[in-house]
Amino acid sequence: MPINLEDIRSLFPILHQEVNGKPLVYLDNAATTQKPQAVLDALSNYYELDNSNIHRGAHTLADRATRYYEKTRTLIKEYINAKEEAEIIFTKGTTESINLVAATFGRKFITKGDEILISTMEHHANIVPWQMLCEEKEAILKIIPINDSGEILMEEFDKLLNENTKLVSIVHVSNALGTINPVKEIIQKAHRFGAKVLLDGAQSTSHLDVNVQDLDCDFLAFSAHKLFGPTGLGILYGKRNILESMPPYQGGGEMIKEVTFAKTTYNDIPFKFEAGTPNIADVIAFQKALEFINDLGKSDIKKQEDDLLSYATDLLGEIKGFIPIGTAKDKVSVISFNLNGMHPFDVGMMLDANGIAVRTGHHCTQPLMQRFGIEGTVRASFSVYNTKSEIDVLVAAVAKIAKIKNK
Amino acid sequence: MNTIQDIQNEIIDEFGILGDDKESTIYYIMELGAKLPEFPESEKTEENIIKGCQSKVWLTTQENEDKIVFLADSNTDITKGLISLLIRVLSGRKPQEILHAQLDFIDKIGMGNIIGSQRSNGLAAMIKQMKLYALAYQTKQNA
Ligand SMILES: Cc1ncc(COP(=O)(O)O)c(C=O)c1O
Repeated sequence: MPINLEDIRSLFPILHQEVNGKPLVYLDNAATTQKPQAVLDALSNYYELDNSNIHRGAHTLADRATRYYEKTRTLIKEYINAKEEAEIIFTKGTTESINLVAATFGRKFITKGDEILISTMEHHANIVPWQMLCEEKEAILKIIPINDSGEILMEEFDKLLNENTKLVSIVHVSNALGTINPVKEIIQKAHRFGAKVLLDGAQSTSHLDVNVQDLDCDFLAFSAHKLFGPTGLGILYGKRNILESMPPYQGGGEMIKEVTFAKTTYNDIPFKFEAGTPNIADVIAFQKALEFINDLGKSDIKKQEDDLLSYATDLLGEIKGFIPIGTAKDKVSVISFNLNGMHPFDVGMMLDANGIAVRTGHHCTQPLMQRFGIEGTVRASFSVYNTKSEIDVLVAAVAKIAKIKNK
Repeated sequence: MNTIQDIQNEIIDEFGILGDDKESTIYYIMELGAKLPEFPESEKTEENIIKGCQSKVWLTTQENEDKIVFLADSNTDITKGLISLLIRVLSGRKPQEILHAQLDFIDKIGMGNIIGSQRSNGLAAMIKQMKLYALAYQTKQNA
């Protein structure tokens, strides 16, 4: 069923407002997406009707909250086609999911001289935890280079892989460039050397059909807030046998089987990795975000976003002084650019004065910016609720700003 | 010479004419920046970079008898405009005047709303750095 934009936009109350006297044009969806009314209602309903601590109380409310909470786990399992619910761990975001793997898998399995591979286009969340781990373990972090379009150089990746490679941790879709990486091939190749693969799915899970069994990734990390869900909630998927072999992350309630002062035994997965009272309300409300996506269907969402991408790419490309950063053949609806002679901060501020919300700066990918020899970019990122007329507003504003230095 | 307060009032009047339109205000700030005197390339050193600004801002001084002349530059046009306003108010004055200056024009023209919180922090860092220069000169003069 083709997507009816009017209907979709009416589900997002935040979109209907003015900013600086102009209708809001929200094009910062790679940073975070807006939330449909159903998610907002679910949050307040939870606190109004169901609030209780889960997995513990023997009373009706606690039981209800537990069931709703666990239902989200089931929905996520289906969303990424995991084998079982136990492979879905709740965290507070992609960042924590990656740090969890570094702190548990890394602590146990990475030793001196081991190699970890990441790419040039990683988010700091997929760089710094590995730097910290490598420093502690005297392991080696190696970087897969990219070409000028912002694509991974696969022949260089092949050269970097060897028997010492223990982990390849790679972004599925680049937040700064929009590049879709050939992760299936990367995973197959890494597995041949016995290396595990973590996918940073912060951006891919909102745009692509991510099927963990088909991809055969060992870990997948992503954030609810980039999927129309609440902030402060992330997901870590891991294969059962790997999760079971990993030591616990944090210690506390919920993650134990039995505690005595002499010895504590740990709970089964996923609870082993979920110490303390979790983010119950946001987990429950996230169901409504997943239902929103499932109702529209990933392929229709993708079609709508791709349409916006090619429309915007064509029009912006005609502007004198427009410099696209990241021109991979395979891209999601992200356009990163600079304007000749202008600083991205200034461009962003002038767009904001026109009611247009974009992100400017290094996008938490400083090494990538260094690769391109720039300080930052302006990034417009589109979601399913954006319209062509919003792109027209963007294009007109960018053209006007570009003229200042490109007569 | 006009007092610091006179110049601030001038700026408040100029921005008053621009009214509430954020876009034209930003363009105006950029135009002001474009008029800043040339900054010597040799002074674009790591030492002269003001800490606490998101964009790069270089600030240096020249002594002119008992007065301080500020020179500045930035890699962004809007920031350049902002520092040009500070220079207009504070440059060519005695250290004591600079130290005691109450820069109320910033609030009166609603700069915080125009430039947002990150750049407001940067602006505060620029003012602090200018006052630090003034303090250093004063200490030196009194020595
Ligand atoms: C590719 C990528 N990785 C990791 C992150 C970090 O996600 P979070 O801040 O939700 O933990 C982001 C978010 O910007 C991202 O885009």
